[in-house]
Amino acid sequence: MNKDDLLRYNRQIIIPEFGESGQQKLIDSSVLVIGAGGLGAPILQYLSAAGVGRIGIVDFDEVSLSNLQRQVLFNTKEIGQSKAKTASEKLSLLNPSIQFDVYESPINSLNAMKLIEPYDLVVDGSDNLPTRYLVNDACFLLQKPLVYGAIFRFEGQVSVFNALKTDGSRGPNYRDLFPTPPPPEMVPSCSEGGVLGVLPGIIGSMMANEAIKLLVGMGELLSGKLFVFDALDFSTFKLNIEANPDNPISGQHPTIKELIDYEAFCMGAVKQESIKEISVQELKERLDKGAVELIDVREDYEYEIANLGGKLIPLNKVLSRSNEIPKDKEVVMMCKMGGRSKKAIELLQKEGFENLINLKGGITAWQQEIDSSMKAY
Amino acid sequence: MKVKITAFGIAKDIVGGKHLELEVNGQELSLVRKDLISQFPDFEKLASLKFAVNTNYVDDSYQLNENDEVVLIPPVSGG
Repeated sequence: MNKDDLLRYNRQIIIPEFGESGQQKLIDSSVLVIGAGGLGAPILQYLSAAGVGRIGIVDFDEVSLSNLQRQVLFNTKEIGQSKAKTASEKLSLLNPSIQFDVYESPINSLNAMKLIEPYDLVVDGSDNLPTRYLVNDACFLLQKPLVYGAIFRFEGQVSVFNALKTDGSRGPNYRDLFPTPPPPEMVPSCSEGGVLGVLPGIIGSMMANEAIKLLVGMGELLSGKLFVFDALDFSTFKLNIEANPDNPISGQHPTIKELIDYEAFCMGAVKQESIKEISVQELKERLDKGAVELIDVREDYEYEIANLGGKLIPLNKVLSRSNEIPKDKEVVMMCKMGGRSKKAIELLQKEGFENLINLKGGITAWQQEIDSSMKAY
Repeated sequence: MKVKITAFGIAKDIVGGKHLELEVNGQELSLVRKDLISQFPDFEKLASLKFAVNTNYVDDSYQLNENDEVVLIPPVSGG
């Protein structure tokens, strides 16, 4: 460590539990951060400031106006720029000695093992359930520790999965905590359910804290425990997580030996191949040609923000109002991002509908690919 | 017996608040699940949810004691 490093990291080096050896461990460490969004921003900022030697940033998205309420790493001028790239540029200014690896494609079952393999630790700040199971499974298969955090409105969860224990075994993982994903509409994302701006700041900082503890080897990790925080009443809860012998990846008789299709896994009983899909471009062609039967399954307030003129029947009313949906011609079902309309089709197919097509990506894809003047939310 | 329930995440939306007291006719935890589904039909969608009592996950055959707290923690995915 040179003189500058000793000065830069002085305030943590002088902590007895941390010391110069702790700092050296951070400098020699590598961390892959999945998602440079609400959680990713504070995780990346604190890990960079603390001096983790090599940091990988995975995010395929661009900075958008609705990010700025919570993703404090970015500013208004950066709207439209690559999040991963912009983050690495700004963090390099914060700490020029760090090697940043920028990955601008989505993590998926095909690339996850290769992405994660070179790193000592993964920190998951992704924003959807399929990615959470994917990252969990890849980390288990590669025997990498994983710092987990997730947020919803005023609530956050934090844990450390697959941490190496003193007896050489690994701590519990996400599948011990949540063996079976609930239906997608029960797990809203920030864009569907909303989130208080400071919450990812709080939870992301806690995740950075666990990452630093793990790399330095100090204190007690949140391994085998799920920490839950509710900012609304400032209550906290710690749940004990035990390794489940029936865990399909880490249990006594594992059935998952390589990565699977996590989108399909999280759709549960929905057989994706049984639902026909249409892209926003195809829908536009059909709309230009003339009449398209279009049903919008979002809520009233969402419809007011932006719509394509479809008939509004919210998801929870599609069954009771199914008589309003034609059966004798093709009907395109849409929502915000394509999840709820898929669910609606699944429900209606059970009632005998065979003419329903899902709009892939929903009105969000339309706003991004067809009409950028449309209000996004 | 009276059972105290604490709900997080989407479970809070379904049962209409963070804290709830249920009067169940027996001690087995499975009765709480049944009662929640009959009172709040949307709870059926969380059928896969494991229940915690106090600070540990338990099976639905768990026998509840006075002052036990049933805690519902569904996954959240935001980031």
